[in-house]
Amino acid sequence: MTANMNSEAPIIEFDKVNKWYGQFHVLRDIQLTVPKGERIVICGPSGSGKSTLIRCINRLEEHQSGRLVVNGTELTDDVKAVDAVRREVGMVFQQFNLFPHLTVLENLTLAPMWVGKMPKKEAEEKAMQQLTRVRIAEQAGKYPLQLSGGQQQRVAIARALCLTPKIMLFDEPTSALDPEMINEVLEVMVDLAKQGITMLCVTHEMGFARQAADRVIFMDQGQIVEENTPVDFFNHPKSDRAKDFLSKILSH
Amino acid sequence: MSTTGTIYAPIASREPPRAAQGAVAWVRRNLFDGWANSLATLVTVAVLLWLVPPLFGWSVLNAVARPDNAACRALQETGACWGVIAEKGRLILFGRYPFEEQWRPLLACAALIALLIASCLRPFWKPWLAALWVVVLALCFMLMRGGVAGLTLVETSRWGGFPLTLALSVVSLVVAFPLAILVALGRNSNLPAIRAVCVLYVELIRGVPLISVLFMASFMFPLFMPQGTSIDVLVRVLVGMTLFAAAYLAEVVRGGLQALPKGQVEAAQSLGLTYWQTQRKIVLPQALRLVVPAIVNSFISTFKDTSLVTIVSLYDLTGALQLALGDADWRKFFLEGQLFVAAVYFVFCFALSRYSRWVEAYLNTGMRRQ
Repeated sequence: MTANMNSEAPIIEFDKVNKWYGQFHVLRDIQLTVPKGERIVICGPSGSGKSTLIRCINRLEEHQSGRLVVNGTELTDDVKAVDAVRREVGMVFQQFNLFPHLTVLENLTLAPMWVGKMPKKEAEEKAMQQLTRVRIAEQAGKYPLQLSGGQQQRVAIARALCLTPKIMLFDEPTSALDPEMINEVLEVMVDLAKQGITMLCVTHEMGFARQAADRVIFMDQGQIVEENTPVDFFNHPKSDRAKDFLSKILSH
Repeated sequence: MSTTGTIYAPIASREPPRAAQGAVAWVRRNLFDGWANSLATLVTVAVLLWLVPPLFGWSVLNAVARPDNAACRALQETGACWGVIAEKGRLILFGRYPFEEQWRPLLACAALIALLIASCLRPFWKPWLAALWVVVLALCFMLMRGGVAGLTLVETSRWGGFPLTLALSVVSLVVAFPLAILVALGRNSNLPAIRAVCVLYVELIRGVPLISVLFMASFMFPLFMPQGTSIDVLVRVLVGMTLFAAAYLAEVVRGGLQALPKGQVEAAQSLGLTYWQTQRKIVLPQALRLVVPAIVNSFISTFKDTSLVTIVSLYDLTGALQLALGDADWRKFFLEGQLFVAAVYFVFCFALSRYSRWVEAYLNTGMRRQ
């Protein structure tokens, strides 16, 4: 518990983390240390375990062996520990996962009011600040399904930011978007990256990785195969699997 | 740049083509659009011509509205004897409840119906509505049963007719609905013990007819109780009906839970909401609105199932009808009595189904792209 007192300590630490879905070994001896403020892009072929990896960080998935410490708290079956971690970790999903029965503003104020015990007025002010930050304040009274995909994903980012998390997780945030909407979401993410928040982002957007990431992690078949700076990874991949993967996503 | 490209001029938006107007066009389009449609129209008209005049003659032209037994008998079944309702109406509506005290069930029903209507309206959806329900139900019970405030005691076994039907359905549904939600959530629980109990409950109750449940509730239940304690038959039947209705409703609710995308729960979890906060704020509001038609279907079916309590000697609306037409003079006019009772059921069921349409529309705000 003293770890989070020390600013030099890593904010996320995977130590030999393993996970299986039935017989399928989806995470294999994951060893990953993330210092505070680092921005990491995780890429790799479909089924390589990259989504599972970041979903372990807020325990949407449970790991079965190894140690995973987030913000000084080890993730175990202890519900209190899980709640404590989730309060510090925001997440953005591929399918947005906004609550369709609530307005945009209500989507944002829900967690601050119920989890953060914030008074309604304060929560609304804070929500409007976040909506302004993602440049969508004028849509506060609408319902999510009335917005375009890009707008919905920006609302989802604002929602995750409302609890002022220390860590932001992005699970393929632009994969479900129409091509002309990808940039408006990436711009918001680049802004966020500049503000020093710890970010782990599963994405194949190389432009974003080059512009905003400190490190690229390449995964295949449940293990971390290669890691490097974005420029070196994309220009000079070392492993054959990374070369093969990059040749596939770059061929068109 | 290529030199082979082609540019097209922009096309302005235009009005859609207008359909032909007027009565003739409407008739042609809707009633005589092709030979199959025309045939269906002609057959329907023929059936109506065959059925409506005799029905109208029987129920209106030749009918006797006065409670005049001789005149009714003189009809020889050529006309309806609505007089039976004028004569026996109070007995049908209130069963064996003492005649001079029938203002009490009337008042209780009025209060309950007023509360039902209020509960249907948006401005009354406040936390105090639940408390009001408890108070009104308690007051109605005291008014009906008496024994306090100078009212004579009327045992629940003498309650009957419409007040009994209303009380049975309202109380069993009000208790069954929250129970059903808990059971449905329990069936989806991660804890095997809770899941097993809920599955067992639903499968056991669904596997037996309501008549068996009512029999067990009213005759077997007392066998397990210590000697000398007796639970009111009305309470036993209420417990039986509630458990029965809750089992069906639980499956309806579970259908709604199943239909909700997994991402909704994940988003709520990632925001740090607890299990109960997630259920209350995210899962149930969405799951329940998906199954409003099925919930109303269950409500209607429970409302009509109350007629089965006759088998354990409680005289609901249909049971009271049998009692009321027990005397030889009026027994012949059973059909008219049945039509009257059917009309009472229909009014309530139809109102409920219209209301459910409104609820669906209301809850769908924002759920569809506009």
